[in-house]
Amino acid sequence: MSAIPLDIEALDTRSSRDGRADRSFKWLVGIAGVFVLVSLVAAALSMLWGGRLAFETFGFKFLWTDAWDPVNQQFGALVPIYGTLVTAFIAMLIAVPVSFGIAMFLTEVAPKWLRGPVGAAIELLAGIPSIIYGMWGLFVLVPVLSEHVYPWVDEHMGTWPFVGRFFAGPPIGLGMGTAGLVLSVMVIPFIASVMREVFLTVPGRLKESAYALGSTRWEVVWDVVLPYTRSAVIGGIFLGLGRALGETMAVTFVLGNAHELTTSLLMPGNSIAATIANEFSEADSEMYRSSLIALGFVLFLVTFVVLTVARLMLRQLKKREGT
Amino acid sequence: MSRACHIANIALSSDGYGMRASTRGVAPVSKFQSLRTTTLTLALVLAGGFASAASAADVTGAGASFVYPIMSKWSSDYAAATSKKVNYQSIGSGGGIAQIKAGTVDFGSSDAPMKPEELAKFGLAQFPSVIGGVVPVVNVPGIQAGAMKLDGPLLADIFLGKVTMWNDPRIVELNSGLQLPAKKITVLHRADGSGTTFNFVNYLGKVSPEWKTKVGEGTAVKWPTGIGGKGNEGVAAYVKQIAGGIGYVEMSYALQNKMTYTRMKNAAGNFIVPSDDSFQAAAASADWKNAKDFYLVMTNAPGEKSWPITATNFILMYKQPKNAAGAKNAKDFFTWAYANGDAAAKNLDYVPLPDALVQQIEGYWAQNLKY
Repeated sequence: MSAIPLDIEALDTRSSRDGRADRSFKWLVGIAGVFVLVSLVAAALSMLWGGRLAFETFGFKFLWTDAWDPVNQQFGALVPIYGTLVTAFIAMLIAVPVSFGIAMFLTEVAPKWLRGPVGAAIELLAGIPSIIYGMWGLFVLVPVLSEHVYPWVDEHMGTWPFVGRFFAGPPIGLGMGTAGLVLSVMVIPFIASVMREVFLTVPGRLKESAYALGSTRWEVVWDVVLPYTRSAVIGGIFLGLGRALGETMAVTFVLGNAHELTTSLLMPGNSIAATIANEFSEADSEMYRSSLIALGFVLFLVTFVVLTVARLMLRQLKKREGT
Repeated sequence: MSRACHIANIALSSDGYGMRASTRGVAPVSKFQSLRTTTLTLALVLAGGFASAASAADVTGAGASFVYPIMSKWSSDYAAATSKKVNYQSIGSGGGIAQIKAGTVDFGSSDAPMKPEELAKFGLAQFPSVIGGVVPVVNVPGIQAGAMKLDGPLLADIFLGKVTMWNDPRIVELNSGLQLPAKKITVLHRADGSGTTFNFVNYLGKVSPEWKTKVGEGTAVKWPTGIGGKGNEGVAAYVKQIAGGIGYVEMSYALQNKMTYTRMKNAAGNFIVPSDDSFQAAAASADWKNAKDFYLVMTNAPGEKSWPITATNFILMYKQPKNAAGAKNAKDFFTWAYANGDAAAKNLDYVPLPDALVQQIEGYWAQNLKY
């Protein structure tokens, strides 16, 4: 009989101990979460502080002037911003459908024995340093494009109404189109392997029922697998987009690094990350250095705005679907 | 200056100088102190392995990549002769100036000289180390190295984007014997700031008034046209790859990569092939005697045989250094290099300084570097 009060006492101490552990665990993960926010804001603020000379001097004009003249100390971020957005856009345009195809092939179509090796190859691709992609772009892709692809593009697509100006230009091989291509190859493994992983989490029973109702493979992936994994797929796409926006080394090799505003994808341009990487170590005046740091802050803003807009768009889409 | 030093320190630390940057850093900087300390601590951890090696060096220097090959050859020879170690970091001319201003190295080096007023402001002394040349390189089908002739104004107009075809009448006129294709000219230049660029655009400014007013001179400029490559090797790679390309590189890069360099018309009106002799001729005809603090850009030098885009590398040192022992060691190193380093320099396609200039430098040291 005396066992019961003893037990209650033990349970009491245990539950209070558990409560303490729970609270401290809550604090711990809370701190980890807040840490991300704090470091994000701190990074942005320190760049804003470093670029204050440029922002004070040029004001908001810094964002939409295309001057980049170290001799006369005139700086504007338009050309690099434009180049960053355009190359990332091209990269996503190619990478998202291709990655979707890869993931779908690996989870639904490919024979079992092939899934392992191809999946491993995709993950291996993600691990290749970006400078290797840059060298591959410069020494392999550029000659092929400049000899066989871009002359045709210039001749045939350059004359199209409205969009022709995107494709007209000298077939040098270096430029925003090439940079976009190289970027797409670089982000495909990220997006594809995330997509593959989440496609694998879809319960077999769901897919089987869809098949049982007479769905084709495409219908199963498009109407069952994709809606089920939407948020994770979007996460993967954002991971790729983030890399495309901030990629430096590979882009520097094939972009042409010219501070010229041009609509043609065949012409050289510049991106924010490439400009900073190229010019930072030799920036010989306060204003020059400050402008480069300011450019870093702008990259921060651009990434933030692009990701926010993308999220908002996706939310709209979701609403329309009513899911 | 505060931010500059701060950044300079980070860059330096990541190069393996963490120890030096932290022990000899810059004058106290209130706002950045804590941030800097954190960064330096981090850098120290990262640089751990290198730090001991860096502090073991008797002389530390940083700057122009142009002289990196000869600096490393000299320092290994010097170590063999005297068992003293010289550690030179190739971080670019702008970086060299920033590092010596910050006092984190015993000497800095730059392919563009600093103006005497600016030297005085920081208490720095300046003297030349070796001479080299910047050469235009082209990729025109069927044209051999040294075959094409160009003159200064024409080169400037090509880089201004005014002459756009290889069969332009002005190029044809200079090259009557050559078969020039109707190919578009693609201009290739440096994407990063560079002493090579400084000497090249300085020359263009001297021969073309339009270049001087429109673009001006500096280690980085607003290029009117063309594509940027990173480093000498970047420009060389692009020129080799793009048919119809024209760029400019240090002579050794042109030779190593077997590139098609051009002849240039010099100030005396002769077409000159770039070579050690024509660089030496430019060095000999330059008026060093009247150059205060050796502030002299050797481009467009007079003299029958002078190569017009001859460049000098300059060494920057404090007149009153914080680390007197290191500075003295650096001075000893250059004394040794001037006396014993000529053969090594020639082997690596540099031109050693003429003897008269070395004597002038030693006189300058006696006046300015009293350690």
